[in-house]
Amino acid sequence: MRHALPLLIAATLVACGSRHEEVPRRAPSAPVTITDAGQQIDALRRGVPIDKEASPVLLPRVENFDRRRPVNYEMQPPTIPHAIDNYQLTVNTNRCMLCHTRSKAEKFQAPPVSDAHYVTRDGKVLEEISPRRYFCVQCHVPQSDAQPLVENRYRGIEGPSAPEAAR
Amino acid sequence: MIRSGIRAARNWIHSHLAPYWKAIRTPSMYYSLGFLTLGGFLAGVIFWGAFNTAMEATNTEAFCTGCHEMNDNVFAELKTTIHYNNRSGVRAICPDCHVPHEWTYKIARKMQASKEVWGKIFGSVDTREKFLKMRLDLAQHEWARMKANDSRECRNCHQYDSMDLTRQSPRAANIHQHYLGTGENTCIDCHKGIAHHLPAMAGIPQG
Repeated sequence: MRHALPLLIAATLVACGSRHEEVPRRAPSAPVTITDAGQQIDALRRGVPIDKEASPVLLPRVENFDRRRPVNYEMQPPTIPHAIDNYQLTVNTNRCMLCHTRSKAEKFQAPPVSDAHYVTRDGKVLEEISPRRYFCVQCHVPQSDAQPLVENRYRGIEGPSAPEAAR
Repeated sequence: MIRSGIRAARNWIHSHLAPYWKAIRTPSMYYSLGFLTLGGFLAGVIFWGAFNTAMEATNTEAFCTGCHEMNDNVFAELKTTIHYNNRSGVRAICPDCHVPHEWTYKIARKMQASKEVWGKIFGSVDTREKFLKMRLDLAQHEWARMKANDSRECRNCHQYDSMDLTRQSPRAANIHQHYLGTGENTCIDCHKGIAHHLPAMAGIPQG
């Protein structure tokens, strides 16, 4: 019994020691870039040799300038001109409606959501945003500076890319 | 009956505690004044150091997330936010926001926090369901605390005077100037749920 106590303490100390393995940290290897991604027939590896790993492209930055963008077609849901990182849009709370609800819009100088968003599918007008319109980012999305993978000749109805006649 | 009880208690105190009281009031017979003064000083230093070390040990992330209630709920949520993971790697740990840094307020908060020990022992939020049920209550305590102390713990790092409004997005700069700069609102009025998921917010003003 007299020898058991030191043994017990030693065993406890060993058991409490750090057990996680250190992952060696290495500098990233030389980048293998994908060129002309939109034109590659091989959709999976996009022309990268089988023994190399493609470097991921840079993450695009979300545009955060707070000015309304022109819409591209009639009835287009306006895009969001600001970052919405970590805005909670859950069953519990809707961060967007903090500023965009009609009663607060003026205070925060935010465009209020349209009246149609307060109408249920049965035509009943609610005081709060209609459940079918609740999840804003189903239709309204922020935009980033990502470059399109393939060339796009679509011209919107307004803004700099619009055809002369429509402007 | 009561009077005899009081008398008995007084007699007990007199017979048991009076000798100690007498010893305390009598000058020392064996130890020198120097020993007693220096010894008292050293004992004080050691006691104070031990007290503070023990208290700081309860102010670490390892301690806070040592129980599954914190680790699986609120700490897991914190990890997705900018207060844990960001470009510069400066981050907040639990007590940065939830325990005042100034000593007096810290002790007061620590005493309140002893209720959490009670909660841990009796398992008041030991399942996810119980936690979700209590989340609004718990959150409201923190909001009330921050509202009452003008978001003191936010301002330990985020000082309005040091905010470069020109580097904020226009809408943030505008709102900060109008509501934070004038003292009309405090941080927590708008920035609820920046580090954890929000409870059901129906009817709760958020900005």
